Amino acid sequence: MAIKIYIPRDSSALAVGAEKVAVAVAAEAKNRGLNIEIIRNGSRGLYWLETMIEVEADQGRVAYGPVKVKDVPSLFDADFMNGKSHALSLGLTEELDWLKKQQRLTFARVGITDPISLEDYLAHDGYKGLKNALKLSGAEIVKVVTDSGLRGRGGAAFPTGIKWNTVLGCEAEQKYIVCNADEGDSGTFSDRMIMEGDPFVLIEGMTIAAVAVGATQGYIYVRSEYPHALATLNSAIEVATKAAYLGDNVLGSGKTFHLEARRAAGAYVCGEETSLLESLEGKRGLVRFKPPLPAIEGLFGKPTVVNNVISLATVPIVLDKGAQYYADYGMGRSRGTLPIQLAGNIKHGGLVELAFGATLRELLYDFGGGSVTGKPIRAVQVGGPLGAFLPESQFDTPLDYEEFTKIWAVLGHGGIVAFDDSVDMAQMARYAFEFCAIESCGKCTPCRIGSIRGVEVMDKITATRNKSASEHAKSIKLVRDLSDTMLNGSLCALGGMTPYPVLSALNHFPEDFGLSVEPKAG
Amino acid sequence: MLDLQTEQDVGVNQNLEVNVDTLIAQHQHRPGGLLPLLHAIQDSLGYVPESVYPKISKALSLSVAEVHGVVTFYHHFRTHRAGRHVMQICRAESCQAMGSVALEAYAKKSLDIDYHQTTADGSITLEPVYCLGNCALSPSVMMDDEIHGRVSPTDLDALIAEAKA
Ligand SMILES: Cc1cc2nc3c(=O)[nH]c(=O)nc-3n(C[C@H](O)[C@H](O)[C@H](O)COP(=O)(O)O)c2cc1C
Ligand code: SF4
Repeated sequence: MAIKIYIPRDSSALAVGAEKVAVAVAAEAKNRGLNIEIIRNGSRGLYWLETMIEVEADQGRVAYGPVKVKDVPSLFDADFMNGKSHALSLGLTEELDWLKKQQRLTFARVGITDPISLEDYLAHDGYKGLKNALKLSGAEIVKVVTDSGLRGRGGAAFPTGIKWNTVLGCEAEQKYIVCNADEGDSGTFSDRMIMEGDPFVLIEGMTIAAVAVGATQGYIYVRSEYPHALATLNSAIEVATKAAYLGDNVLGSGKTFHLEARRAAGAYVCGEETSLLESLEGKRGLVRFKPPLPAIEGLFGKPTVVNNVISLATVPIVLDKGAQYYADYGMGRSRGTLPIQLAGNIKHGGLVELAFGATLRELLYDFGGGSVTGKPIRAVQVGGPLGAFLPESQFDTPLDYEEFTKIWAVLGHGGIVAFDDSVDMAQMARYAFEFCAIESCGKCTPCRIGSIRGVEVMDKITATRNKSASEHAKSIKLVRDLSDTMLNGSLCALGGMTPYPVLSALNHFPEDFGLSVEPKAG
Repeated sequence: MLDLQTEQDVGVNQNLEVNVDTLIAQHQHRPGGLLPLLHAIQDSLGYVPESVYPKISKALSLSVAEVHGVVTFYHHFRTHRAGRHVMQICRAESCQAMGSVALEAYAKKSLDIDYHQTTADGSITLEPVYCLGNCALSPSVMMDDEIHGRVSPTDLDALIAEAKA
């Protein structure tokens, strides 16, 4: 029988040569006349070890990494096909400390299964959630989701069940399920890992949402920077449709659900749900005024559920194991788990799914292993480009929506970007304004003009920080005033939250702005 | 920098017409079909020439100004032909934390162009990008459809050499 060898197809693994490694392994096996089957799995999320190869040996799955093409012959020489020892041996994958310490619920299958094999998905508890859902009424499904405490993982943390309930309550001929897979935040990649590593779980989650609220058409809006995710989704949708998990008669239930993946076109603001809907309608991605809520008048004016990839991909386990099972994880009002992404200047970057409540410090040091450069981590930005920068003194904050609100920060989509002590926080504040200027949809003046003005003022600050004190003080005041205007006068969080990175940088790292005294808090 | 549009457009005009007609036929009746259509055009021609706006506007019952508005709203669409390869360097925070600012400067210097420009030999167009989702292995560069992680200046040299070969 062929020996199974797993080599990831995940974009980040490909980014460090997984494709070449897979080709080399296949060629080497052929040369040696060995019978192997290469499975292109998702990534386990230990990115510093990619390309991580796993072999299904008698003792279990044995891992090797990081493997380069040049290591391939020696792996065969060492008989890695039987799980034997090699300089790159990592031992049994399941025993890797980094994985053992996690609570993988949403990511239960990622890296384990063949992403586009429906059989594999079914063999690993796939579609159990949908099968349960099909026995319930729409209102009962919504209740399970509400009771689980699941809150939107796209950033705003709105309770998913409550959103669904609004759509359920609307009378309409046509309703839609839209998956927000625009994942624009720097430092985040969990949506991508799901789409590339376990696309069926997203499809299942969207199907459950459709059954719950009575929607018949779904769209996944995938960022254009994710070509592999889009391709994998398309393959999985085709497989699911052929097997009647999608289509006119989902699993013989008489319910219809069609699904299509659509490619975005590189505008950050299109991750904002109403801008996204405009974009799906084929228009410029201008943010809409709310109300009406998308749940009531969404895509093409019809009631629409818009949810993030992780929110939707978490629904199947909730419907499979029950609301309480999920709600038992977490702290306070943050129930369940959060797929955290460790990024930036971090030694062990990757995906850590944990119940809410772990501290930043545990993530940065116990999981992350400190900075890659070996220098102290001076700042972290949590929650993407609109998230606050946190100094070392806040590293003991637990990951919990409310605890973060208390320190004027956000968890957002769970991305943590680490910076060592070479970072210039005034430059980071400048960049926050610049990013807002580049990505603004242009609808409101504080965002469109304020951000450009912000870049100019930051340039002035960096030019005068060691020179004219009075000029300098004026510029700092201007940054605060501008931030205030943007905070209060913006329609969406792009303009409205750009002050988070700006002011947190200024308040926590005043020395980088040429200030010696601690200014008043934000 | 070289503007490749005019000379090459003359030669491909005929093909372009046929091709775009087919693509319009494929996408015009899809709900919200404009974005998929623009993607299809750019995937096939490498850019969305302004000369096709009237056709699109007619097929989708939009004004030419609306079509133009959509094309220019999105960073992904280009109205001018790109070089043979497109190199995108990630400028977002995670990559900045790993030295992307220096990497950008190095790329611009090596290629002797700024962002949104094409090298004199027509081989590479340089573009900024804001996150490729490869943030655990920053800094990242995308060459056409391939992502590269932990990119050093030496790696960049190799990518450039390969693209120019
Ligand atoms: C500028 C901006 C960008 C956003 N980008 C994303 C994104 O890329 N992905 C996402 O899921 N939500 C994003 N959001 C949040 C969405 O507007 C919306 O809250 C979310 O899709 C709802 O899904 P959830 O309840 O499952 O989180 C963004 C919001 C703003 C203001
Ligand atoms: S805050 Fe900026 S991005 Fe948001 S609606 Fe206003 S102009 Fe558009």
